[in-house]
Amino acid sequence: MDARTPHGDGTGGGSAAVTVDPLVIAGRPISSRLLLGTGGMASPDSLREALRESGAVMATVAVRRVDPTTRHSLVDLLAELGIEVLPNTAGCFTASEAILTAKLARDAFQTDWVKLEVIGDDRTLLPDIVELVAAAEALVDDGFVVLPYCADDPVAARRLEQTGCAAVMPLGSPIGSGLGIRNPHNIALIVEQAGVPVVLDAGIGTASDACLAMELGCDAVLVASAVTRARHPGLMARAMRDAVHAGRAAREAGRIPRRFHAEASSSFEGLIDR
Amino acid sequence: MTPIVVNGTPWNGPRGATVADLVVQWCASPRGIAVARNGDVIPKSSWETTPLAPGDRIEIVTAAAGG
Repeated sequence: MDARTPHGDGTGGGSAAVTVDPLVIAGRPISSRLLLGTGGMASPDSLREALRESGAVMATVAVRRVDPTTRHSLVDLLAELGIEVLPNTAGCFTASEAILTAKLARDAFQTDWVKLEVIGDDRTLLPDIVELVAAAEALVDDGFVVLPYCADDPVAARRLEQTGCAAVMPLGSPIGSGLGIRNPHNIALIVEQAGVPVVLDAGIGTASDACLAMELGCDAVLVASAVTRARHPGLMARAMRDAVHAGRAAREAGRIPRRFHAEASSSFEGLIDR
Repeated sequence: MTPIVVNGTPWNGPRGATVADLVVQWCASPRGIAVARNGDVIPKSSWETTPLAPGDRIEIVTAAAGG
């Protein structure tokens, strides 16, 4: 199939199928640009349906003490669906906590990949840039593929990329808030400067938010609460999947510019006498 | 007896118990499980050969919904 250039020029004629470049992180192609977080799901069956409908091939999990009373294994559920585990250091406030959590996850799930989350405030769950950079440096040094959750701050994103992170994951708005993308300009700035994939992560509330993220040029989105806490998680997962496709295609199609005044789409030539 | 703390709970293991013995007691399967002993990860390959000592603080973790 012909690969499309970022500007949407196909080779060959007319109606060549749009072939979107696959998402590639740390040299690995990832066939879905929608990643799902598992947090907040009401039940294993609900999670199973949402994962299926989302088309996600990678899902984040938290690392927590085993509960001997539980009979459900999230690891087994993800394996059953052929979905890769992306461990998350959710709940960590310091670099040393995050580093230990990442190392535990590496041994538990046999993966070098980690979504690095180091928060500074348990009300807003906003990231602590100081601890985050320290953790990222240590983990990159130890051979991890680090995907850091960060503020929608182009300077923070650049710093994390410079430490060797494989992607950057700026928030749209606080985790679980459903406020969507609060600062689209900053997200666009991050996209413009990034040399690694940009995965919009946190705050997505509904499908249009995911679509906007892709239209702004993000390479992927990570959605958790918007799906897991929706009234119908399976339906919302499907909607997110479609939204990510639509947003990416719209980006590749090359939108019209915003104009202050009108630009007539109908020619003024050939008008009858008035 | 080897008195230790596992996931914040006091626990008595038999003398000479290893990390592997502990995991068998606490987990239906070793799949998706990791262990830290006094703040250090004990890799799966070392579970059988790592004895527990009195006063050890052990964390046994797995994937949970989240992230």
